[in-house]
Amino acid sequence: MSNRRLKEKIVEALVRASGVASILIVSLIFVFLLKEGARLFFTVRPAAFLTGTSWYPISEPPDFGILPLILGSLLVTLGAAVIAIPLGIAAAVFIAEVAPGRVKEVLKSGIELLAAIPSVVLGFIGMVTIVPWIKDTFHTPTGLTAFAGSILLAFMALPTIVSIAEDALHSVPRAYKEGAYALGATHWQTIYRVVVPAAASGIVAAVMLGIGRVIGETMAVMMVTGNAASMPRGLLAPVRTLTATVAAEMGETVQGSDHYFALFAIGIVLFLITFVINMIADIFLHRKRR
Amino acid sequence: MTPKLTQRIAFSALFLITAAVIVPVLTVIVIIIREGAPAMTWEFLTQMPRSGMRAGGILPAIVGTFYLVLGAVLFALPLGLFAAIYMSEYSKDNWLTRLIRLAIINLAGVPSVVFGLFGLALFVGFFKFGASIFSGALTLGVMILPVIITSSREALGAVPKSFREVSISLGATKLQTIKYAVLPHALPGILTGTILGIGRAAGETAPILFTVAAFYLPRLPESVFDQVMALPYHLYVLSTQVPNVDAKVRYGTALVLLAIVLLMNLVAILIRSYYRSRKKW
Repeated sequence: MSNRRLKEKIVEALVRASGVASILIVSLIFVFLLKEGARLFFTVRPAAFLTGTSWYPISEPPDFGILPLILGSLLVTLGAAVIAIPLGIAAAVFIAEVAPGRVKEVLKSGIELLAAIPSVVLGFIGMVTIVPWIKDTFHTPTGLTAFAGSILLAFMALPTIVSIAEDALHSVPRAYKEGAYALGATHWQTIYRVVVPAAASGIVAAVMLGIGRVIGETMAVMMVTGNAASMPRGLLAPVRTLTATVAAEMGETVQGSDHYFALFAIGIVLFLITFVINMIADIFLHRKRR
Repeated sequence: MTPKLTQRIAFSALFLITAAVIVPVLTVIVIIIREGAPAMTWEFLTQMPRSGMRAGGILPAIVGTFYLVLGAVLFALPLGLFAAIYMSEYSKDNWLTRLIRLAIINLAGVPSVVFGLFGLALFVGFFKFGASIFSGALTLGVMILPVIITSSREALGAVPKSFREVSISLGATKLQTIKYAVLPHALPGILTGTILGIGRAAGETAPILFTVAAFYLPRLPESVFDQVMALPYHLYVLSTQVPNVDAKVRYGTALVLLAIVLLMNLVAILIRSYYRSRKKW
């Protein structure tokens, strides 16, 4: 009997350790980014790193200013947000409120399908469709632009925005809607005067998580934005994002060089940005349940 | 304008927007199937690449992706399932539980390239596993951990409380209850989450860039400490690093990768709908 109790105790300890492991892993990620990234700041001041306007990591002497990369990420993200937020919310409203049963299931599967396509495949398709289209339509010297990145990233943010916003709309209490109908409102009036406002914080969370995904996205954006590490000159010019810089340059650095440390320091910036975004999104998701 | 007319206009607009989201997805899939299908020959799937990846097959990339995914699941499934069991069956609502929940949310939001940096610093550098299948699989495993934990936890949470109460009242211990009264009913959900994790691990590129992926390595790995080629990285290389590649080879590689990922998702959807229709409570 005590043997069995011992077994119970061991298993409980084991599953608790597994739970604690997730805390450990997140801490390890941060510690190891910090361990490698912080060493850049022996030679470069943090302020110069964040606000420096030139990124020439391999020239002599090197420049490690990531402002152009931050602005590149922001520009591409902003473009993606402008496209994805209205489309995503509209699609979520249609799926949650308007589409009849069978259509609804098909549309939800379609959105899941989009979420499943690997980013490198989307990047490849972007290279052969969106990039030449931008070059021809806007007569730019190259189609590899921030705009191409924004379009692709919008599609990568859409599944997150649609599915979480749809959840939020779906969980609006039935009584709210019935109240509106009873007052003589049409279905559409009910949607935009009652259902959407009631789901607002869930929709905000959906948007935040979508944006978090966009900022962290790497491969697709690296393949279509042209990767010019200069201050962004607009949507129709090439840009370089934080993520693409790390992915493109890490292979060529010498381990232990300032360049290597600088790429880890970019990792710290990315980690902190997504950390904050996820925390805010979580707060909004929780407010919904209250 | 009457409210009825406004509604009709609004709904039509919503429908058009939703179509604008869905149609490109289907278009992408159709393009890849149409352009990639001519490349699908037995040689393409079973031979080494030749002439600087411009000819021959993609076997090493397929095998590499298979090993990486297998390793990632072997690491993430036990750890993720145990963590989910802890959260759903053992933990009380205290600071530790909240901290674990917070950690999982953040883990899910970490950019894929940051996982790559983490894998490089910890597995490749600190533990000295080198750029190897072992390092890459662990990195991918860490990445899919939140997917597995979240879906397993949901599956466990969906098992009615009464199942546990009955089992305990019959004299079963907690462990027996979990093993015989809870886990079997949560299995489909856990399986679905695992398969989605597999799909994600198979398709990600950034985490394997610095931890395992080989640019061009036309042979099969002999140990877990070898580098390998992998399908997503191979597609990236073919699309951006190698000039004058026959478009067929690119589309063919994209098709194989897409087929694997979509097949995983299809299986997950089928499992889910099969068990949902059979659910008795």
